[in-house]
Parts: sequence; structure tokens; C-alpha cells
Amino acid sequence: MLRIEVNGKDREVSDGHTVAGLLEDLELDGRLVVVELNRQIIRRTEIAEVALRDGDRIEIVHFVGGG
Amino acid sequence: MSTVMRNGLAADPNPLAIGGRTFESRLIVGTGKYRDARQTVAALRASGAEMVTVAVRRVDLDASKEESLLHHLDPQEFFLLPNTAGCYTEEDAVRYARLGREAGLSDWVKLEVIGDQETLLPDTEALLAATRTLVAEGFTVLPYTNDDLITALKLQDAGAAAVMPLASPIGSGLGLLNPVNIRILKSRLDVPVIVDAGVGTASDACETMEQGVDGILMNTALAAAEDPVLMAHAMRQAVEAGRAAWLAGRMPVREWGVPSSPSTGMLD
Repeated sequence: MLRIEVNGKDREVSDGHTVAGLLEDLELDGRLVVVELNRQIIRRTEIAEVALRDGDRIEIVHFVGGG
Repeated sequence: MSTVMRNGLAADPNPLAIGGRTFESRLIVGTGKYRDARQTVAALRASGAEMVTVAVRRVDLDASKEESLLHHLDPQEFFLLPNTAGCYTEEDAVRYARLGREAGLSDWVKLEVIGDQETLLPDTEALLAATRTLVAEGFTVLPYTNDDLITALKLQDAGAAAVMPLASPIGSGLGLLNPVNIRILKSRLDVPVIVDAGVGTASDACETMEQGVDGILMNTALAAAEDPVLMAHAMRQAVEAGRAAWLAGRMPVREWGVPSSPSTGMLD
């Protein structure tokens, strides 16, 4: 198991899990969110290829109402 | 400057042009603080705005089913302008701008770097630094700033596509506090001047446009109105009226009365 942090909360995922796999676990549409992995933005075209590693810090953001 | 009549309204001979895009509407509106997504969309449509601001925030993973604003806003209908609201440092603002670019469909950003929690006034030093960084990365930067000419000129020199001075503090509804400063900015800048923040009601919007500025950005004036959709309608008309009045050129102000009817031809 890998221990990672997603949006400020600890989470465990299986070895070999990718960013795309994480979004699937969270039932998030990859077209509507942006993922930042250890402060680096992961392009949408790359989320299926980027494997998670122990200690990774992930931020998942989207557009909300704002001025 | 001549205007043609269209649907009873004076058409603007020169539509608002920012960063290579043109907009028929000079009103830009925010999408925050409405009752729900349905009301948001109804107010945006009533405002006639083509460009609307959005914020970038964490997805709430505990919410049963949190929906992105993109579920409700069609980017084909509205041009989305991501903001960096809530950022207090250059580093944070640049980070949010990059996330917004990735989430959206353009390189545009409404750049905010706040310097004080009570007034939400901008940190103009950090704003300038963030503008330079983002312009170098190819962003079309629309910085929210105060009504200071020197800062505005520096933002223009840094490559800002427009400069967005406040009318009064964000969310205050105090209206246009310093029309003189706004006129000075407009007279000295080559890039468009969009007054951003502080407008409270339709007369504020009209008065602001009568200073000759290129447009207005507002959010709370609509969202916090008792009827946001009706206020959006009023703001649309106020912005059009203020612009038309500016183009028309107002009459001179006089201290004494001047008759409107002929003084000759009176009966003995």
C-alpha cells in the first residue's frame, strides 16, 4: 500500500496506482478537474501514465463560483 | 463619434477589445455567492455578459456529489475568466493562475493578490511581480488593482492586457469613491480600463461608465441583491446607458438656470 495525501487528507492506495486510477476511485471526471502532484500540474493527457508514489501530495481542484 | 441606432439603443462603434478578443458587452460578471447554480446561470444570462469569472478551489472529497461549475456553465456560451481570488502572495497567485489555465480553455487570468484581510485591498508590489511572471508564461493578465495611476502604468508596462482598478473595496457596494482617479487612469492608459469591485447598484454602474472607462466587472452587486436576476438586467441597462452617455458627451454644467424654451415670441 502507498500512503498519500489528497486535498490535505491521508489516503491509502494500492501499489502501482495511477493518477487516473485515483480519480476513478473518487468518482471524479478527469475532464472537469485539475490534478497537482507535489506542486506540479499533471496534464490531462498524462494522468493515465503517472504512477503514484509513497508520500505523494495531491491536490485536486475545479472551478467554483467566484468573482 | 457617431453611433447607429439598434433596437432603440445606441450601438457602440467600437466594441470592447482585450487581448485580441472583442466583446459586445462591457459588463463582466462573477459567478460567486448566488443561491444555486440555476440562479447563477439566470443572472449571467440577464446581465448579457459574455465573459464571466470563476474561482479555482479544492474539490470537496467529503461532499456526497460535488459538482463543478462546468456542469452548469457552458464554455461555449460564456468565456470563462479564472481568478486568483484569496491569494495573498505572488507565489500563490501564480500557482492558482496555472491551475486555472489547465482547468479552462484559455490563457486568461483575472489576477488578484490581496494585501489585507479587512479591506481586501491589493498588494500592488506582489501584483506587479505576478503580472510579470504570468505575462512571461504567455498569460493574458487582467490585474485587479487600486485606483493609483503609477501602479496602473507599471502594470501596463509589465504587459497587462487590461488594468482593473477598484471603484471601492470588493463586496462593499460603496460605489465609485474616486471618479477623478478613474478618469486620470483612463486618460493615461492605452490598455482597456475595467473598473472591478465596489459597484453596488445600477446608478453606480452608470456613473462609472460615464467616466469613460471600457467596462465594469461585478459580482456581489448581483448575487447579494434581493432579486439577482432583475439586478443583472438593471446592470446591463445601466452599463449600456452610461456608455452611451459617455459617447454622447454630456451638456456643460452651469450654476444658473438656462431656459430650454425660446425667450423670444412671448405674448405682450
